[in-house]
Amino acid sequence: MSTGLSWNLVEDLRQLLSFHFMLNAMRAGTIVAVVSGAAGYFMVLRRQAFAGHTLAVVGFPGAAAAAWLGVNAGFGYFGACLVAALIIAVLPGGGRAAGTSPAAAGEESAAIGTLQGFALACGFLFVSLYHGFLSGLTSLLFGSITGITDDQVLVLLVAGVLILAALAVIGRPLLFASVDAEVARARGVPVRLLSAAYLVLLGVAVAGTSQVTGSLLVFALLVAPAATASRLTARPGRGLLLSVGIALLVTWLGEGIAFFSPYQIGFWVTTLAFAAFVLASGYRALADRRGTPGRRHAPAGAAG
Amino acid sequence: MNPLHLLGEPFIQHALAAGTAIALLSGLVGYFVVLRGQVFAGDALSHVSYTGALAALAAGVDLRFGLFAATVLVGLVLGLLGGRAGADDAVIGVVFAWVLGLGVFFLTYYTSHASTGNGTASATVLFGSILGISRSAAITAVLVAAGLLLVLAGIARPLLFASLDPQVARARGVPVGLLGPAFLMLLGATAAETAQAVGALLLFGLLAAPPAAAMRLTTRPWRALALSGGLAVAAVWIGVALAYAWPALPASFTIMATATAEYLLAAGWSLRAGRSPSRGMARRA
Repeated sequence: MSTGLSWNLVEDLRQLLSFHFMLNAMRAGTIVAVVSGAAGYFMVLRRQAFAGHTLAVVGFPGAAAAAWLGVNAGFGYFGACLVAALIIAVLPGGGRAAGTSPAAAGEESAAIGTLQGFALACGFLFVSLYHGFLSGLTSLLFGSITGITDDQVLVLLVAGVLILAALAVIGRPLLFASVDAEVARARGVPVRLLSAAYLVLLGVAVAGTSQVTGSLLVFALLVAPAATASRLTARPGRGLLLSVGIALLVTWLGEGIAFFSPYQIGFWVTTLAFAAFVLASGYRALADRRGTPGRRHAPAGAAG
Repeated sequence: MNPLHLLGEPFIQHALAAGTAIALLSGLVGYFVVLRGQVFAGDALSHVSYTGALAALAAGVDLRFGLFAATVLVGLVLGLLGGRAGADDAVIGVVFAWVLGLGVFFLTYYTSHASTGNGTASATVLFGSILGISRSAAITAVLVAAGLLLVLAGIARPLLFASLDPQVARARGVPVGLLGPAFLMLLGATAAETAQAVGALLLFGLLAAPPAAAMRLTTRPWRALALSGGLAVAAVWIGVALAYAWPALPASFTIMATATAEYLLAAGWSLRAGRSPSRGMARRA
């Protein structure tokens, strides 16, 4: 970047937002952080981190295929992630390890792993078929804040609103099914259908997010804020809000720092997210030692 | 074209020698990964190898040193973090997402500081280049794989016991708590070794697909273990031959495509035969 950091934060922020690409990056980052913070919270709650990671990397072959065929990269991301979400959804456990025997869960994860390996291999094939693409490989995998267009922001906004609306509709039964699938099933909650619907939502969320953070680092934004939030509170509503808040903070700070430094956004976002997780884990360990379990922490504080 | 002509090419000989050793190792270790339900840890360690290699490039030391140091270290950390049950998948996810972020840092550092830096180094680390492996690198790879296979042979019996039934194994005096971290370190070393053949991004496929196929074909542990190793070696041989026949296709792709095809065939066969691996396991248990 041609600009330097003056340490006058108001001035720096004004300077940062005076670039149109940076404004777009901030808009896109905000949408992406809200969506991945919310979708990621359920992912961590449902212990579907592996399925989420597979969906995340599958965006790469999609985008590489789109570049090779000369169509918009967005189609590639959304198409590939949706197909992968549907494949994982039709597997017997729906990509969810909990509740089955370890060997069966392992065998199913291995099937998802095979899907992931094959998808990445296809991505490599498309990259090598499309010569001269190697310079774009890094931003495809690790993200870039410079290339986001107005149209992309609009697509992200539409996708983000749809995902949040869908999550709001299925949120309560999904939470029930995630915490205790057996009881939920007995009460007539369509557990299997919810699981499939959630995977599709996660696929769309991941496809949108990868366009900003790159395929390899979208996962950081999905898992780290949610894992941090679940260290701090056991209440679902509060955890969800906290997860979104942490994702927003990490993304804004990461984009801001990336603007003034030579290193990519992906490095800053993952590092900040990891720092938040380490701090939260430290806090949890201290709180546990002082004998204030997470469940009762907030009400006890309010009463005292 | 005479198919045996392929075997006369030195680069094919190196690729097959290194590839066979590496595939055997990853197929055998991969079986335990799947059996122990540690597929996500394998996924994490395969991504960690990218950071290790890039850190070594940035520091100007041998790439393989960085690969092994990073994966074995993270394997140990994951083994110690989780204790008995193994690290929680959110913790694995957070750790490896950050380590991958560090990989981006080293990539930027390397491409902007190293005077001899070439633009394709990152792509080579990510996707491998088995057909470009040198004679000395092939010999080292075979020796390292042989060493790791010896380690695996040493712990295979207690590890299998501990994986199938940890409670009973513990009661019989098997050091279950020690085997967990030891196996994750071995898995890390395997990831580093396999990364040299098919790259950091694709090696996970070689760890997961052959055992997944083997478990579809048989429920007997030792037979499945051997089958998994055999299928991995077959994937590498067929993949190298296909890449030689169609130079437009990268070898890493043909190897992974063969492994995927093996899994699909095995899954199709087991569906037709009306058996499910989990039911088979339950029947045996």
